[in-house]
Amino acid sequence: MTWSTFPVDNLLCRCLGISITVWWTFLFVFIIIPAVFGVSFGMRRFYMRTLLKIFEWAMLRMEMGAKEKNQELYKPYSNGIIAKEPPSSLQQEMQELRGSAGCLRSEPEFEMADIFYFCRRGVESIVDDEVTKCFSAQELESWNLLTRSNYNFRHISLRVTVLWGFGVLVRYGVLLPLRVTLAVTGISLLLVLTTLVGFLPNREENKPQNGGICVANHTTPIDVIILANDGCYSLVGQAHGGLMGMIQRAMVKSSPHIWFERSEVKDRHLVAKRLGDHVADKTKQPILIFPEGTCINNTSVMMFKKGSFEIACTVYPVAIKYDPRFGDAFWNSSKFGMVNYLLRMMSSWAIVCSVWYLPPMNREEGEDAVQFANRVKAAIAAQGGLVDLIWDGGLKRTKVKDAFKEEQQKLYSQVLVGEQDQEDQSGDRQLEEENPEGDRNNQDSSKGQ
Amino acid sequence: MGSSSSSMDHIPNAEELMQETGFSAAHLLRLYERFEFLDKDQTGELRPEDFGAIGGLALNPIGDRIISAFFSPGQETVDFPSFVRVLAHFRPNGTNRTRNGTQQEPVNSRTRKLKFAFQLYDQDRDGKISRAELLQVLRAMLGIQVTEEQLQSIAERAIQEADLDRDDAISFDEFKKVQQVSPHPQTPTKETPLHPTEGGR
Repeated sequence: MTWSTFPVDNLLCRCLGISITVWWTFLFVFIIIPAVFGVSFGMRRFYMRTLLKIFEWAMLRMEMGAKEKNQELYKPYSNGIIAKEPPSSLQQEMQELRGSAGCLRSEPEFEMADIFYFCRRGVESIVDDEVTKCFSAQELESWNLLTRSNYNFRHISLRVTVLWGFGVLVRYGVLLPLRVTLAVTGISLLLVLTTLVGFLPNREENKPQNGGICVANHTTPIDVIILANDGCYSLVGQAHGGLMGMIQRAMVKSSPHIWFERSEVKDRHLVAKRLGDHVADKTKQPILIFPEGTCINNTSVMMFKKGSFEIACTVYPVAIKYDPRFGDAFWNSSKFGMVNYLLRMMSSWAIVCSVWYLPPMNREEGEDAVQFANRVKAAIAAQGGLVDLIWDGGLKRTKVKDAFKEEQQKLYSQVLVGEQDQEDQSGDRQLEEENPEGDRNNQDSSKGQ
Repeated sequence: MGSSSSSMDHIPNAEELMQETGFSAAHLLRLYERFEFLDKDQTGELRPEDFGAIGGLALNPIGDRIISAFFSPGQETVDFPSFVRVLAHFRPNGTNRTRNGTQQEPVNSRTRKLKFAFQLYDQDRDGKISRAELLQVLRAMLGIQVTEEQLQSIAERAIQEADLDRDDAISFDEFKKVQQVSPHPQTPTKETPLHPTEGGR
């Protein structure tokens, strides 16, 4: 018995040995060395194109299958729950409500129907709101054969199921081990790569220089890796524990980074001072900051915190946009931890992102930090094709401020009272003097809603 | 594929609800997930605070009133069927798919929509919008942007225009008559296609 298993054992060992050698050679020759020298075999584009064709085919099969069974295939955008009309201001909507196009009124004209506007906006936000959307993964129009991106795409077609099964094999059997070995190699060199990171940089002359601050929209810690591919930065961010924390501490040994506790952010002066010192020193690398303060799901850009814009120096905006069809890069930190997230990343098809370096901006005369921040945010949103939102990323954890409500009230009052502030004010004063009883306040109305 | 996040089985009386409200299965599912999302402590019912957590609602001047429209008088919580029934008012008029032959008018008829808006004004549900109630709403929508004087004159004008039987209050019929002059009330419409790209999203 031992006699017959011996050659098998030997054979097994030899096979194993050979396959491992082949594996590592493959890894080095085709991936690591070209990456180091910046050479590309064009495999990525081919792979991406093939994947896209497969997804389209799968989608067609599912639609056909759905028609046969007489079901409706639920697509998040075309079967959406709210019909979005082109975004218009409060004024425009009010005009439409009243049916009086372009006829200006000189006196306040309230109509009972005005309430419909607010009612509608209110109910829309109950059904679906922008903020919540930002903190959950983006829904895809067509399914990309990953269970995790499956939102209501049920089992409809056998062929698609088979394809999905095959996809699982490929992703977990080939891609995942490939990436894990890479990662292990990589981490020991302090680089973490996922294979097949498609990279399309633009406008390279706008790369951040020393003594500047680079700001970008934030979706995932991978943003850092991608930008670091292209230049060295000092990072500013929340100090983490676990694997992330280890990496952070290791990085500090080689170049200056600024890690802080979120609770310490309240002591904003401390952080601002550290930033200011770093930037003033022209020999130090540019700082990389994500002013949103938290990971957003890459369909929109949330409010930029003004802290980094208060420091007087050049700002280099960078827009990063991930292609969601190949794998969702968004790190939903309330749902997954770091390791879980990495696992998902590595078993996706690919992480494909576009990076745009925008021309540097400086704070203009008479512009305060908030306005400057909004200007930069608008530029980044415009370039990346993201929606520019006013909301605070901190809404992941806290509530809305009253200032926003006042804004709405102000807009509405302008519709009624008109833009003629000067005349109205003087008119008001006269009226108030004549009618002292106007102060007979209804107690309830002053309570305010 | 086979493992979808939630299914119709979780929704109690789904068929009935669909008949009653006219929502499609997909929309009902979506609303159910939204309901679960809003229900932070997983009790199966929503409280006013749960609504208060919605950003867009918090900045709406009449947000509180809209929230209380979901709660029947005296009730502290709202369950999923009630939630959906209120939202059903906002379905567009032309898409009633269930002709089950009952005499009852559909949930999303024009009258029902107007009734909803009427109740936003008429908080004490006595069937009339008094001058005081009108002032309250105006104050909510305008905040500190107008003076008390202006507010009073606006309310005065509105009541004069609408109040036909001179009882210094606006009844539902008078409210409806005023709307005859204006175009169709604007309500969020569902089951019509979303523009897929909006500002690049």
